[in-house]
Amino acid sequence: MIRLIGETFDPGAALNAFSGGRTVTGAVASFLGIARGEPGRPVALELEAYPGFTEARIAALINTAIDRFGLQDAQVIHRVGPIPPGEPIVLVLTAAPHRREAFEACDFLMDYLKSRAPFWKKEYGPDGERWVEPTTRDLSDIERWT
Amino acid sequence: MARVLLFGRLRDLAGWRERRFTPAPASLAALKAMIRLQDEALADALDGPGVQAAVDKVLARGDAALAAGSEVAFLPPMSGG
Repeated sequence: MIRLIGETFDPGAALNAFSGGRTVTGAVASFLGIARGEPGRPVALELEAYPGFTEARIAALINTAIDRFGLQDAQVIHRVGPIPPGEPIVLVLTAAPHRREAFEACDFLMDYLKSRAPFWKKEYGPDGERWVEPTTRDLSDIERWT
Repeated sequence: MARVLLFGRLRDLAGWRERRFTPAPASLAALKAMIRLQDEALADALDGPGVQAAVDKVLARGDAALAAGSEVAFLPPMSGG
């Protein structure tokens, strides 16, 4: 399941809701991405999505992860709009019978979200605004899965 | 008529988010030619590295045919998370 959300959310509540009531799941892995400021350099983010298209692409990505890693379930919650430093941007949750698949699927989903999911990210800092594009590291991270 | 949507830095460059182009272009290439007549810098950016196009919310590979009323989105390099 994919959820785009325009305001801050409670990652703990989402983790509880996702992991509750599972009797055949041995492992739930989670990744929480947080808007990062640097000391003395406050940076606000603004994330833009393409409504309809963004959800469809991420839903397809989740299905790929479920098939590839044999997951029982996966969920992505992703912010859109302005995000102040310290607030959650993205939460990825994966459920599998055993931990390795849950960890790896979480890592896989994040690598794809970083450079293949239809979001456009603008950074507002003391030096003005700039569009963030995938870094060399982001692009080499995704190569691990091909 | 084709409805064109711009995202990210393309929108900042063009100064608009959504625009209708008439008469309806028959293909993505024809639409880009119409855009070039209005804004050469934008047309260059649309052909720039990493820019993808989606037609009716499906990624288009290369040139694609457009129907009347097609929604065309130009997508610069994506960055989530």
